[in-house]
Amino acid sequence: MSESAPPSSNWLAWLRNAVMVGALAVTAVWSVGEWFVPPVTAAKKDIGIRADDMVEMQRVAQAVNDDFTKGWTQHGMQPAPHADDLTLVRRLSLALTGTIPSLQEIRTLETVPGVDAVQWWLTQLFNDRRSSDYLAERFVRLYVGIENGPFLIYRRRRLVDWMSEALQKNRPYDQIVRELIDCEGVWTTNPAVNFISVTNQQKGGPDEKKLATKVSRAFLGVRIDCVECHDGKLDSPWKQTDFHQLAAYFGQMNFNINGLRDDPKQKYDYRYLGKMEKEVVPAKVPWKPELLPSKGSPRERLAAWVTAKENKAFARAIVNRMWAMLFNRPLVAPVDEIPLDGPFPAGLELLADDFIAHGCDLQRLVRIIAATQVFQQSSQSADPAHPATQAAESAWAVFPVTRLRPEQMAGSVIQASSLSTIDAETHVIFRLKRDADVNSFVKRYGDSGEDTFDDGAGTIPQRLLLMNGNMISNNIDNNPLINASTRIGILAPSNAAAVEAAYLSIFTRKPTEAEAEHFEGQLAAAKRSRNNAMSDLYWTLMNATEFSWNH
Amino acid sequence: MNTSPCHSPDHINRRTLLLGAGAAGVSWLTPLADILAVEAATAPKGKPARSVILLWLGGAASQLDTFDPHPTTQIGGGVKTIPTALKGVEFAAGLEQTASVMQDVSLIRSMVSKEGDHERAFYNIKTGYRPDPTLIHPSIGAIACHELPNAKIEIPTHVSILPNQWPGRGGFFGPQFDAFQVYDPKGSIPDVKARVDDKRMDSRLESLSVVEQAFARGRAPDLDPNKTLHLVSMQKARQMMTSEQLTAFDVSKATAAERDAYGDTAFGRGCLAAVRLIQTGVRCVEVTLNGWDTHANNFEGQATQVKILDAAYASLIRDLKKLGLLDSTLVLCGGEFGRTPKINNVGGRDHWPTGFSMLVAGGGFAGGRVIGATDPEGVKKDPDKPVLVEDLHATVQDLLGIDYSREVMTPVGRPMALSKGEPVKELKV
Repeated sequence: MSESAPPSSNWLAWLRNAVMVGALAVTAVWSVGEWFVPPVTAAKKDIGIRADDMVEMQRVAQAVNDDFTKGWTQHGMQPAPHADDLTLVRRLSLALTGTIPSLQEIRTLETVPGVDAVQWWLTQLFNDRRSSDYLAERFVRLYVGIENGPFLIYRRRRLVDWMSEALQKNRPYDQIVRELIDCEGVWTTNPAVNFISVTNQQKGGPDEKKLATKVSRAFLGVRIDCVECHDGKLDSPWKQTDFHQLAAYFGQMNFNINGLRDDPKQKYDYRYLGKMEKEVVPAKVPWKPELLPSKGSPRERLAAWVTAKENKAFARAIVNRMWAMLFNRPLVAPVDEIPLDGPFPAGLELLADDFIAHGCDLQRLVRIIAATQVFQQSSQSADPAHPATQAAESAWAVFPVTRLRPEQMAGSVIQASSLSTIDAETHVIFRLKRDADVNSFVKRYGDSGEDTFDDGAGTIPQRLLLMNGNMISNNIDNNPLINASTRIGILAPSNAAAVEAAYLSIFTRKPTEAEAEHFEGQLAAAKRSRNNAMSDLYWTLMNATEFSWNH
Repeated sequence: MNTSPCHSPDHINRRTLLLGAGAAGVSWLTPLADILAVEAATAPKGKPARSVILLWLGGAASQLDTFDPHPTTQIGGGVKTIPTALKGVEFAAGLEQTASVMQDVSLIRSMVSKEGDHERAFYNIKTGYRPDPTLIHPSIGAIACHELPNAKIEIPTHVSILPNQWPGRGGFFGPQFDAFQVYDPKGSIPDVKARVDDKRMDSRLESLSVVEQAFARGRAPDLDPNKTLHLVSMQKARQMMTSEQLTAFDVSKATAAERDAYGDTAFGRGCLAAVRLIQTGVRCVEVTLNGWDTHANNFEGQATQVKILDAAYASLIRDLKKLGLLDSTLVLCGGEFGRTPKINNVGGRDHWPTGFSMLVAGGGFAGGRVIGATDPEGVKKDPDKPVLVEDLHATVQDLLGIDYSREVMTPVGRPMALSKGEPVKELKV
C-alpha cells in the first residue's frame, strides 16, 4: 500500500486488530515479567482471630467431634487418621474458591511452619475476593437458578455481585435473607430485587408459588412445595393449604415504573383440589405462628419469621448447606429436606445452636466445621488391610470421596497450568480468558445446574474432554510463556524438583517414592523431548481419579 | 478388559462388508443395511422393537398449525390444509412430505399432561413421570439402555443430537445412562481423537496406572467400579476413540442427494445420523429441533420450523423403511405440550398441555391411525380419547419388550415402577 493510501475503510476490523495486538503485547510483557518476579513472599503467621474466640470455636468443634464419636463407637467404627495439611488446604480452596491451590500459594504456606494450617488458610481465603465471588455464585444458583429470567427486569450478575459484597463483608446471614425476602425498588439499584423479579410472569407479576418454594427449600430446608397440588401423602405432615398460605405472603407484590412494590389491595387466590372456585388465601406460616411479628407488611413479617432465632429450621438449613459446600455432601440429604422435628444427624444441632448464638456468622460456621475431626480426617484408611468402605463414608468415619463440580474441574485445570495464583491481581486479559475457558469447559463437562449435591460418577464425555479436549491440550502443551508444564521443565533445577512441582501444582501433594522414581526416570530418558515428557506428566496427573475427585 | 473391535471376527466381517458395499439408493446407509436387512428378514414377526428415535420439537409445536388444524374455525388462525395419505385426515400446509408417509405413522391428537412449564413438561414427556423433588427419573432412552444392554456396541447407546438444556438423563439409573451429547453431525464429533501418537498415549496410560495405585491405597477395592466409574468411563472412552462405529456420527460422507433429502439443515443431518446410529446398534437417539415456542408471531415461527421438520421426518421414515429398520425402531415426534387455541395479542399461541399432537411410528406401533380429537372451536379443554403421557411411556416400553410395570429400587430406597401407565391398545399393531 502506498504512503498516500487512505486508511482502511473497514475501521471496525482495524480497531479489532489493534486491540488484539495491544492485548497480546500486554500479555507478553506480563508473562515475561512474571518470570522475573519472585512468586513467593514470606507471609505473616497471624491468623487474625482473637485467641479466646478461637478457643471457643475449638470447643464447639470438639463437641461436634464427641457427637460423631458416639456414633462410631456404637457401630464399632474406627475413624480415619488425620489428613495432612496440604490435603486440607486443597479441600478448603476447592470449597471456597472453586479451584485447587496454586504452587505459589503452597510455597507461601511453607513460609509459615507451625501455624494451624486450616485456620491460617481460611483467613487467606476469606480475604481473597475469589472466595466471596465463588460462594456468591453458588448461593445465587440456589436462590434463582442459572437461567437468564425475564430480560427487562432481571439482572443476575447484579445479584451475584451484591451477594459477593455481602459475603466479603461477612454480613450476618439472617440480614442477607431478610433483604432478599423483603426487598423493594428497582432491580438494578437494589440487586436483592432480582430474587423476586426472576419469577416474574408475563401476566400476573411475580410468581408467588415459586417464591414460596424457594423460601421453604433454600432458607428453611423443607420441601413444602411437594403439596402444591394436593395434601401430603404417606407420612407427610403438610397440607395443600400450608404451601399456598406461605405463597400468600407474596401475594401483594407488583412491578411498576418504580420497581417492586407491595399493593395492599392485591390478594393471592387459588383453587384447591376438589374445589370448584378459586378462593382468597390468607397468609399463614406453616409452623410456630407465635414467632410472626404483629406489625409490618406481609413480606416483612415473613422475613422476620423465617430468620427468627427460635425458628431453628433456618439455622439448620444453612448449616447443612455450608457443610455440603465443604464436603461436597450434606449432613442431611437431600440438602433441602431436613425433618422439622428430627431425628438430626450428629453435629447438626450443635452447629445450628452456635450459628444462632453468634449472630448468623457464616465465616465462623465455616471455621468450626473445618476445625472438626470429620473434616480433618483422611479419605484413606491407615490400614491397607482394612480399607475405607462405603459404610464408613456414610457414617462420616472417613472423609467422603466425591466428584468435583464442573466449574471446580475447569478452575483446577487452569490453576494447575499456572505457577502463580490466578486471582483478582491477575492481568485482566488472563482473567477474561479464564472465564471464557471455564464457561466453555463447564458446558461440555455438564453443568450441574442449581446448587445440588448429586453423588454422581464419571462419564464418557467427561473423560474424552479431559483426555483430548482443547482446554487440556492448550494448558499442557509446550508454551514457555504461559504453561506451567513447560516452565517447570525449563526452570526446575532437577528432575526431582520438576516432578515435585508438577505434583504440588496438580495434586497439592508431593509424589510418593514410587511415583517420583517413575516420573524422574521418564524425564531422564526424555533428554531432548523434555517438554513432551513434562506435558505427558501433566496429562497423566490431570487424567487421574485423584484430580477429578474431592478426597 | 478391553475387547478391541479390531480383534473381533464379527467386526472384521462387518468392516469388510462396509468396504465392499455398493452405492445404490441410500448409498451412505446401505452397507450396514444389507447386513441388518438379513437379520430383519430372519427375525420372527412380532419380535419386540429394539431401539427408539425421539424427534424432540423443543419449545412445543402448535398442533393447530401442524398435525391438528381446524381451518374453518376462529381458532384456526387462517391455516391452510393439505390432504394426507390417510383418508379424511388433513395437515397444515408445509407438511406435504410427512403427509405422504402417514400410512406408516399414527397420529395421537389427544395427548394430555398436567405440566404447562417447559422444564417440568420436558421432564414429564421424556420420563413418563412428573418432576419429583426427591429423585430424578430416567428418560425413556436411559430406560431402554438400562433394560436392553448391547454388549457389542463400542459407542454410547444413548445419544442426544443437537440437545437443548434438557437432554435425556439417566436419573436414578446413574449418569452413565445420560445421553451422550453431540452437536451438528456435519463432521466428526469432538474430543475423540488422541492428541499424541500411540506410543506416547501408551506411555501416558502406563504412567496413569502408577498414579492410580497410589490413590487406591487405603480405599475400597470397589471404589471405581461401584462409585467413581472414573477408570471404567476412561476405558469406554478409549474403546470409543478407536471404534469404527464412530463414523455413524459423521454425515459428511453421505451424498449431497441424501443430505438434501433431509433438508440439509442441522436437524436434517441429525436425523440422517440417527438412522446410521440405529443401524449401528444404538438404543436411543434424540434429535432436537428447537424454535417452536411461538408466544409471538406464531404463524411465521411455526411455518419456519415446519419446513425444517417436514423433509427430515419424512426422509427418516422412508429410509428406516427402505433399510428394513422401521419394524424394529420406534419413532416418536413431539414436544413438551401444544399451543393454545386462543391467539394472543401479539399473534402468538401460549402453552397448552391438554390435547396436543404426537406422531408415533415403527416397531409395533400401528401405522395409519388417528387417535383422539380436539374441540374444533377450542372451547372444550379435554380432547376425546385422551392419551396420558404415562400411558404412551408404557406403550413404548411394552413394544420394546420391557416389563413396564417392574419396580426398581431407587437410591432413596423407594421402589418405583418403570412406568406407572398402561399400554394404549389402539396404538399397537
